[in-house]
Amino acid sequence: MQSISDKDFGTPPQASSRMVELEIDGKPVSVPAGTSIMRAAAMLGVGVPKLCATDALAAYGSCRLCLIEIEGRKGYPASCTTPVEPGMKVSTQTPRLADLRRNVMELYISDHPLDCLTCPANGNCELQDMAGVVGLRQVRYGYGGANHLDSPRDESNPYFTFDPSKCIVCARCVRACEEVQGTFALTIDGRGFGSVISPGQNGPFMESECVSCGACVQACPTATLMEKSVIEKGQAEHSIVTTCGYCGVGCSFKAEMKGNEVVRMVPNKDGMPNHGHSCVKGRFAWGYATHPDRILKPLVRDHIEDSWREASWEEAIARAAAGFKRVQQKYGRGAVGGITSSRCTNEETYLVQKLMRAALGTNNVDTCARVCHSPTGYGLKTAFGTSAGTQDFDSVLKADVIMVIGANPTEGHPVFASIMKRRLRQGAQLIVADPRRIDLVKSPHIAAAYHLPVRPGGNVALINAMAHTVVTEGLVNDDFVRERCEAADYELWKNFIVQPHNSPEAVAEIIGVPAHDIRAAARLYACGGNAVIYYGLGVTEHSQGSTMVLGMANLAMATGNLGREGVGVNPLRGQNNVQGSCDMGSFPHELTGYRHISDPTVRASFETEWGVTLDPEPGLRIPNMFDAALDGSFKALYVEGEDIAQSDPNSTHVIAALRALEFVVVQDIFMNETAKYAHVFLPGSSFLEKNGTFTNSERRISMVRKVMPPMAGKEDWEITAALSNALGYPMEYTHPREIMDEIARLTPSFAGVSYEKLERVGSVQWPCNDAAPLGTPVMHVGQFVRGKGKFTLTEFVPTDERTGPRYPLLLTTGRVLTQYNVGTQTRRTANVVWHNEDRLEIHRHDAEQRGIRDGDWVSVSSRAGSITLRALITDRVAPGVVYTTFHHPETGTNVVTTENSDWATNCPEYKVTAVQVMPLPAGRVPRERVDPVRAHAPAAK
Amino acid sequence: MEIQHLVKMANQIGDFFAPYPDRGEVIRSIATHLRNAWEPRMRRQIIEYVNRSGGPDLKPAVRDAVLTLEVRSAQSGDAPGDD
Repeated sequence: MQSISDKDFGTPPQASSRMVELEIDGKPVSVPAGTSIMRAAAMLGVGVPKLCATDALAAYGSCRLCLIEIEGRKGYPASCTTPVEPGMKVSTQTPRLADLRRNVMELYISDHPLDCLTCPANGNCELQDMAGVVGLRQVRYGYGGANHLDSPRDESNPYFTFDPSKCIVCARCVRACEEVQGTFALTIDGRGFGSVISPGQNGPFMESECVSCGACVQACPTATLMEKSVIEKGQAEHSIVTTCGYCGVGCSFKAEMKGNEVVRMVPNKDGMPNHGHSCVKGRFAWGYATHPDRILKPLVRDHIEDSWREASWEEAIARAAAGFKRVQQKYGRGAVGGITSSRCTNEETYLVQKLMRAALGTNNVDTCARVCHSPTGYGLKTAFGTSAGTQDFDSVLKADVIMVIGANPTEGHPVFASIMKRRLRQGAQLIVADPRRIDLVKSPHIAAAYHLPVRPGGNVALINAMAHTVVTEGLVNDDFVRERCEAADYELWKNFIVQPHNSPEAVAEIIGVPAHDIRAAARLYACGGNAVIYYGLGVTEHSQGSTMVLGMANLAMATGNLGREGVGVNPLRGQNNVQGSCDMGSFPHELTGYRHISDPTVRASFETEWGVTLDPEPGLRIPNMFDAALDGSFKALYVEGEDIAQSDPNSTHVIAALRALEFVVVQDIFMNETAKYAHVFLPGSSFLEKNGTFTNSERRISMVRKVMPPMAGKEDWEITAALSNALGYPMEYTHPREIMDEIARLTPSFAGVSYEKLERVGSVQWPCNDAAPLGTPVMHVGQFVRGKGKFTLTEFVPTDERTGPRYPLLLTTGRVLTQYNVGTQTRRTANVVWHNEDRLEIHRHDAEQRGIRDGDWVSVSSRAGSITLRALITDRVAPGVVYTTFHHPETGTNVVTTENSDWATNCPEYKVTAVQVMPLPAGRVPRERVDPVRAHAPAAK
Repeated sequence: MEIQHLVKMANQIGDFFAPYPDRGEVIRSIATHLRNAWEPRMRRQIIEYVNRSGGPDLKPAVRDAVLTLEVRSAQSGDAPGDD
């Protein structure tokens, strides 16, 4: 069922600039050519009865309820499938139409239970509404004949029920699964009266290909597909638009509420990133927000071995401030630091870096983007002049060639993946470069033209080989390069890239990709029309992560694939506010808008606004903080929303660093692994409990709205402000809008951003300023932000993390659709029914060599540590490569990852770890799984 | 911090700039990166390492770049109470 506050125009909008004028019920209307009569009527405020039509789906014309009459034409065409024509005179209400519609409804209702008063859709049921609209007063056929009223209900999905007895077989669910989600999990089985909706091969939903995106539930006009939360709680009474708290797609949702209780989250049709679509996490997995594990009182203790003691906010804040002051008094200003999460709002991350720089006088502040997309910031700023992706999401609908590198959109960014899949079904060509055969390589109605199964660590050699092909085969877009790029840098790069060691033939064996596939993919990218690159952490989390970002930028510039719709270089950010947290000056060397701390002009503007003198030197990055903690020069840490003990590489090293600190303050909604080493715990608020903004992967700034009061009493920005006040540096904001106003004053790319504007226009993409008051969907049009594009030499340097006799396999890591990051949120939802443990994917050849069977417990050992988990034998990974996720703390995946990092940014090399995998002795219960509290003593290195 | 870890990181930076033909530019680029990205105590440690030992584990261009560095701020070395 759609949101309680949505208006449904029946069929999708048309983009034509040619307008058609017609009359509907005597009223003139002008609409874009191609618009259906149904939509044109709706635009006039005339509601034509309908059941199978909805504006999220292409017209279908099956229910026969939306019939109309057209002057001069015979019959009663369906208004949903009939496009407008100039001069048409349409009647939507005539006695004959009323009879026809009533007869149709009579047939529908003759096979539908008459339990409206106790039906969960009561009050928000299109079938009920239509029965009322057509004036149905009797069903002459009775209810004694053949019917579907006793059809068993499918309760297998944890979030929604499927009740076939209420189904009218309008196929909206089937079409939503195909057109919106692109999974094709549903079909109509049988014919005529025997037609039924069938998940998979007529089995339960949980045994089908269904990915629980909720598109079918949203499309259903009856109670056939219904959220269990609505069945339990009843219909909502109001809704509030907000932004999802999960991945970097940043979907817009309507939180449907009863008082302060969320009844359901419905994707917002007007939401620009998602256009009314959702995934299983944003749509359904929000229950963690009120999970009993939430910590709702501040906690304090003197030593990490002590038990926690509840404290008042005043005491906890005072202790936190005193702790930081004490450490600075004893060890100096540089002995403290702060880390924020990309799950924090822009305003929260801005305040934490302000707290560190202004209140504590240190630039030791970093954000978890350090360990994911910091190479994106470095690479794209160097090449193009700004640290962000070049396109809006909708741009993909203009792409002819889509290259996905080191990303798994259907798992990590599922709503964007659905948009991408729609374009691929329309005929765009796909290149996938990934060590695993991800779902995109082959899925319903989609097949990659090329899957380049690059060996972990081989990205730069691959992109260089593609560029070598482009240059040596004469495929460079000379006009673009001449007009848009630095000539001297291009010449230097050209001479570098044509060298034989960069050829596909030279690198093929090293990276595990046949030379002819590299050449063919390069030709397709260069000559296939609009070509776009989307990439993820499979690019950045390498020792050459920044080099690879630069390599992709080189390739895009050489082929002219920048500066218009359908092209570009685009990071898919892992968390909801990775882009925003980077924008907000959270890196230790940069103030907001990616301006270096050493720039005296920039620093002066902040010093004037903040009333302090700022240190011109860069601070410590997250991995540097750990190293400095172990050498004794770094002693206190404020961590907001980030579980570094679980998410950062080489957990043993991280935990040793945490233990070496004298004072740790953790601000989170749950008692996470890091909090086990903390002295003060400040209970934070979930995304439902606070106001602020998130900035998604396409630079889109969207409102996060408080739909319920903070369960622990304070929004996170209020906690940081209270801490600053206690430190003697006043922060006197009364609302996050004032924080955004300050950001806008200090940041040229945000100069035009305000809550007033966001309320008015919904969202904007930065740069948003006088030159672009409504934001900038596509960047670098006409010229790059830096002026001319900069080619960079990208020599392939193999990682130090190499296989050998002791560690013969390469481990790479990733995530699954139903879990999110370290699982703090999703493990506290019913999503665990899909993924309740991390498994090790291993090719059968490697498994057979080791005597490993599917499901066996195995140990995975690297030079950093060892973990145990169960094996999943698959050919998704190539021989020599193993793969796992890091969603469950019992697995401790990051115990085995190493502190190898990107040369430019120290982003860890999560994606390449040399390991050995061995079966555990039969029957042995794994006892050595990591317990970060008890397992590791200090002195890890 | 462990000097060998810093040495490895510095050499990685050197590897990136190594293909540029102008050695002076390579040295300047390495130094600029160290200055822009490394916190003063990290720079101080690697400078001390070069001054003390000649930097035998650093690649030549990296060692030469380190020799051009100076640490303007002494944040991490602040005397206690110097806030």
